[in-house]
Amino acid sequence: MPESESPPLVRVRGLCFRRGSRVIFDGIDLDIRRGRVTAVMGPSGTGKTTLLKLISGQLRPDRGTVEVDGVDVHALDRAGLYRLRMRMGMLFQSGALLTDLDVFENVAYPIREHTRLNESLIRRLVLIKLEAVGLRGAARLMPSQLSGGMARRVALARAIAMDPMMILYDEPFTGQDPISMGALLKLIRGLNDAVRLTSIVVSHDVRETAEIADELYVISNGKVVQHGSPEAMMRSDDPWVRQFLHGLPDGPVPFHYPAPPLADELLGAGT
Amino acid sequence: MSAVLDALAALGAGGIAVLRRIGRASLLFVAMAAGVGELLRKPGLVVAQLYGIGVLSVLLIAVAGLFVGMVLGLQGFYILSQFSAEATLGVMVAASLVRELGPVVTALLFAGRAGSALTAEIGLMKATEQLSGLEMMAVDPVRRVLTPRFYAGVLSMPLLTAMFSALGVLGGYFVGVGLLGVDGGTYWAQIEAKIDFSEDIVNGVIKSLVFGVVCTWIALYQGYDTLPTSEGVSRSTTRTVVHSALAVLGLDFILTALMFGN
Repeated sequence: MPESESPPLVRVRGLCFRRGSRVIFDGIDLDIRRGRVTAVMGPSGTGKTTLLKLISGQLRPDRGTVEVDGVDVHALDRAGLYRLRMRMGMLFQSGALLTDLDVFENVAYPIREHTRLNESLIRRLVLIKLEAVGLRGAARLMPSQLSGGMARRVALARAIAMDPMMILYDEPFTGQDPISMGALLKLIRGLNDAVRLTSIVVSHDVRETAEIADELYVISNGKVVQHGSPEAMMRSDDPWVRQFLHGLPDGPVPFHYPAPPLADELLGAGT
Repeated sequence: MSAVLDALAALGAGGIAVLRRIGRASLLFVAMAAGVGELLRKPGLVVAQLYGIGVLSVLLIAVAGLFVGMVLGLQGFYILSQFSAEATLGVMVAASLVRELGPVVTALLFAGRAGSALTAEIGLMKATEQLSGLEMMAVDPVRRVLTPRFYAGVLSMPLLTAMFSALGVLGGYFVGVGLLGVDGGTYWAQIEAKIDFSEDIVNGVIKSLVFGVVCTWIALYQGYDTLPTSEGVSRSTTRTVVHSALAVLGLDFILTALMFGN
């Protein structure tokens, strides 16, 4: 069966989630297809990171279901969830490297925790993973000695250490210089294709993300506004999607924060 | 009327928040207590933490113990000499230290040095997503990060207390015997004769174990439950020291009443 016809790896249905009285998601549906790079985009504060946490079972939804590889994530017990997470990798925005371990030990950490491989095999595996992200030479550096881009690449090597079926990327391009950005773009696309991963990239860097994504979802105000291929989305007539994807300063999201007319405020300032 | 209702609602919300915190702290305690089996298989995890929590506290505890003993020697001598009882200086110094000052002052210093460091460390691990990172690697951060620190704290406290009390007795000796002319043989003989093993030493050790559990638990809970911001970590660190100090002093009264109240 071709991959496009096989059931999606992640199926989100009717997902509702709120923090306090603030509604983050109001019944969203998503399908993440196998072997694809799917980007989820939206303005800051729309809950993109929250979506990744719901998919990985770090948060529980108020309503709705998240199925990963046919398994309802939120119906699993702790042991089941941990077994599922061993097949997922997640790249955190900050890298989330353990600061008391060097680069080598950070990448070796999940292997040591979950397998009983001997030291020489662990060494080979770690060096292969580090070579894949171009940082074999940095194996003995501490996380504090790495630049932001290098830390994310080490975190990526750690995320693929257990050969997962899927990687979740949380804002991978934020605060990166053009060279690091290029390296990360190449790695995300390259790894996805080379080891037949499924990737979910959450980001608001439109141009970069559209460059590597096979499919885009745009979410805002708790709903999926539109989804489709990057090319189709870029041609969208929806004024909100156009404003977001083309970075227009004014549109459905106004440039001015709501305020009384300027003249009223200036003339009334003395009273 | 609505002001009264608002006040009642605020009181209720505050009460529920406190109960929730107690519930979360209790669950954490149970999870850490249940993690002892895994640590027996991987003792290296506790040993690594014993260094940071225990060994690095030794200098502070040793110096504090010595000074507290010296002050006890000085004050004790002036009071006892008014009744010509300066020969019992050793007992006074040793009993004060072993029963009360050793466990209590060590716990207060421990909360200030090791407790605050634990809260800041765990809080920053949370703020920098290291704990979430472990969760996503299918590693339970309570088992892997918090539990070894908990047992290291519980083990360190009685040892640090013993060190504090021993150096305090020596401090009292330096001042009483060395400076003020109390007979050295009498100082030690009185201690040997009057300090009872089960009554004084064991009760002191029990106190220090209880304080070790409480101080480390508070420190780890505050770090684990912190708001993941710099302000949140700062507040949690302060709360660790304040809550630990109050808990130690309150529990000391209860334990003393139970042990020596007869």
